[in-house]
Amino acid sequence: MAVIAEPVAKPVSRLNFLLDRRDVFEAILVAPAVIYVLLLVGLPLLLAIYYSLSAYTIYDPTWKFVGLSNFIDVVENPTFPQTLANTFIFTFGSQLLGLVIGKFGAFLLLRPFPGRKIVRALIVLPFVIPVALATIAWRWLFDSLYSVFNWTLIALHIMDRADVPNWLGTPWLAMLCVVIINAWRFFPFAIVIFLAGLTSVPQDVIDAATVDGAGFWRRNYQIILPMILPIVAIGLIFGIVFTFTDLSIVFLLTMGGPVNATSVLGFAGFQTGIISGDVSHGAAISLFMLPVLLVVVVFMLRFIRRREI
Amino acid sequence: MSAVIARDIVKKFAEVPAVNGISLSIPDGEFMVLLGPSGCGKTTFLRIICGLEQQTSGDLMIGGAIVNELPPRARGVAMMFQSYGLYPHYTVRNNIAFPLKTQRVPREKINKQVEWASQLLGIDHLLDRRPRQLSGGERQRVALARALVREPTALLLDEPLSNLDAKLRTMARQEIKNFQQRVGLTTIYVTHDQVEAMGMGDRIAVIDHGNIRQVGTPTEIYNDPADLFVATFVGSPPMNIVTHSGGGYLGFRPENFLPKNMIEDGAATEFKFRVDRSEYLGAERIVYGVLDGFESKQIITAKLPPAHVDEKNIRPGEWHTFAVKNSELRQFDKNGNRATSH
Repeated sequence: MAVIAEPVAKPVSRLNFLLDRRDVFEAILVAPAVIYVLLLVGLPLLLAIYYSLSAYTIYDPTWKFVGLSNFIDVVENPTFPQTLANTFIFTFGSQLLGLVIGKFGAFLLLRPFPGRKIVRALIVLPFVIPVALATIAWRWLFDSLYSVFNWTLIALHIMDRADVPNWLGTPWLAMLCVVIINAWRFFPFAIVIFLAGLTSVPQDVIDAATVDGAGFWRRNYQIILPMILPIVAIGLIFGIVFTFTDLSIVFLLTMGGPVNATSVLGFAGFQTGIISGDVSHGAAISLFMLPVLLVVVVFMLRFIRRREI
Repeated sequence: MSAVIARDIVKKFAEVPAVNGISLSIPDGEFMVLLGPSGCGKTTFLRIICGLEQQTSGDLMIGGAIVNELPPRARGVAMMFQSYGLYPHYTVRNNIAFPLKTQRVPREKINKQVEWASQLLGIDHLLDRRPRQLSGGERQRVALARALVREPTALLLDEPLSNLDAKLRTMARQEIKNFQQRVGLTTIYVTHDQVEAMGMGDRIAVIDHGNIRQVGTPTEIYNDPADLFVATFVGSPPMNIVTHSGGGYLGFRPENFLPKNMIEDGAATEFKFRVDRSEYLGAERIVYGVLDGFESKQIITAKLPPAHVDEKNIRPGEWHTFAVKNSELRQFDKNGNRATSH
């Protein structure tokens, strides 16, 4: 009688069997990311929501539930509408400016010229310089006495010493300065986004448009721009989300002044919640960002899905 | 009347010549094929005609007027690109309408023209789709419709079939040729594929290193090549070229190089041929070997009808007497140009 060799059955641990199940293994692999998001994003968000519904201050850390009264206080504060408007002006103004500069910069960098590689490397500098250092440099450029711009205007006899603008002291000029600095920070990113988009447009399509009679502007706005729009939209989402929540430039340059002219949601929340210690009202102010950002992100993601080529 | 005339067109890219003095006259309604290996300057020449490149020197006339300085849109030519260059974000309708929109044609006229062009190419049921929803063949037809919609003086095609698979390519070749004959549109077609050139061209211009080597009908190009380049570029396998005793070259097509007993009558030249290898391709048998007493840079090939010759008759290693009718022999001088004496 033939004996057929039989492998010795090794005791299989219950854990091994569990890891062989696809759904369990997948869950284990995804778990670190989920835990990370829950702990570092979900928990602070829930905490902020709770603070905003309580009467919590650092002087009186009670957990007393007060409903929506903090939100009502915030809305009734006469400076709040301006802060909200400032945030939109700051965000969309600097994004628009950054995108325009980025687009033209990308076009310039697309053509070969001597030293292009060096310029391409230098142009990302605003993006990598710490914002604190850069803003201090800008603060000197816009200083009321020592502004380089003003001295240039005076030296060129374009303006008299008495008439030069007080950049950070005039409300609308201060807002313009904040917008310019943020656009300056953002435009290298926009250039990179546009360059990536432009180089992905096939030359055949551009040539076809040229032969079909499209001039420079029509080629750009009817062919190239619609084709790179999904990429630009992604860049814009990042830009809007980061700018809408940003407080660093305002904090370092103007402290929200003059007379609240450059105060944005992030800064107002920080000032009320941290500096003044009124955590519950600070949290309420900050939570006003949430619906806006949610709408922006949903709108953009839908737009991208629709435009997918 | 000639639709397109080129006079001594030269194009240099940073002193490197791509087109080296091409003169060519293309009559109205002709299907002209520019045939040459890759990098020979044929596409550059086409791009000069449509205005995407500016020639370094020379004159270009389209429809009787000199267009050297005119931008592409004013030249009245249409071009179809290798990968079609369709606008991915537009529907087929808007793709076809685009060349008319840029010329500010009134809306009703645009609609009529788009309808006409799409019916001509049988794509009127696809008008509301986007390019990514189309097959390769449909895309090609959309590109063709877009090129035709403004009724150009000349249609330029840059390797339009190279993105299609082999089966579709044969069909598309027929379609383009039929269509061109029906419409009678002057067409300039660039390709490196000699089968396309022979099958479609009214005339072929063989181009190499930025120069035209020969312009002629497919029969002329094949039977009477002007020089060794044309002789060896056109034909598969290419013409056999052997060194001639007088310092020149002798050429003969593989299908004319037959066992002596297959040559029926008339004067013929005999060769001693040693068979090295043979390939059976169904409709023909290709035999590779060397000649006794003649030098050649290539392996000599013979294309034989398989019905007359089978493996038993012609085996590797054997010497056979092959012959070419004298009327099928082509003589070239030592510079490689066709000797006129013959």
